[in-house]
Amino acid sequence: MHAYANPTRFLALARPLTRWLLVAGLALAIFGSVYGLLYAPADRLMGDSVRILYIHVPTVWLAMGGWTGIAIASIMQIVWRHPLAAVAARAIAVPGAVFTALGLITGSIWARPTWGTWWVWDGRVTSVLVLFFLYLAYIALANASSEKGGVSRVTAIFGIVGAVNIPIINRSVVWWNSLHQPASITVSGSSIDSAFLWPLMVNVAGFSLLFGAIVLMRMRGILAETKVEARLKRMAAE
Amino acid sequence: MNHWPFVLASYVIVLLSTVAVVAHSFAVMRKAENKAEQLSKRK
Repeated sequence: MHAYANPTRFLALARPLTRWLLVAGLALAIFGSVYGLLYAPADRLMGDSVRILYIHVPTVWLAMGGWTGIAIASIMQIVWRHPLAAVAARAIAVPGAVFTALGLITGSIWARPTWGTWWVWDGRVTSVLVLFFLYLAYIALANASSEKGGVSRVTAIFGIVGAVNIPIINRSVVWWNSLHQPASITVSGSSIDSAFLWPLMVNVAGFSLLFGAIVLMRMRGILAETKVEARLKRMAAE
Repeated sequence: MNHWPFVLASYVIVLLSTVAVVAHSFAVMRKAENKAEQLSKRK
């Protein structure tokens, strides 16, 4: 990992990788979404509203994955002082917040025809809402204490402490009685029929690759802005 | 209840938002990298 602490070496990898992630992510997400919307079968109990899950699950997966990424980057910033870790954490925050909001919105839209209500204050839904507020607080803190394109130590500590919410989201359907169904995909396997599972996995992969491309683009933007600021300061001093 | 308005609303919101985030990230990156390149050429 420290081999890529040098921005020049990182950019040499990030430039081609951004393009590949973007193209592969768009192709998979478009294919998965079109298939889920038009060709996948309707569910016996949920009917056509099951199609919402093909985009709801990837958004919530990225909401949780995004904060996990922030926590890992924050640990790398504090423990190993990796110079790009803080830039990565800052780059993840906005897309992470957007996908968390999308997860909440699509979940609410799915709940109306399925549960008969737009919202319930159960463990899963409430803990994802808390995650959204954590993202907003992180973005505010990062903007208030930006350091050389990255984030301050306080922001990094907040990123690590906030990660306590991730296992709570994951276990919420086990710990508390909920309208939300238990986990259908676990490490031991899946209870979803393959007709529903494979398009879901295609969309999860597609949106994950797109998220990777978004984060790389934002990191490149932050690094370029930092370079511009440093050069302008140097020119002003000369 | 007809589920299709809910399904279509979800897809439109997610796909438009995703395109917006990708486009915004790309525009910010391009603008910053172009500015950095122009400054390095000036020296």
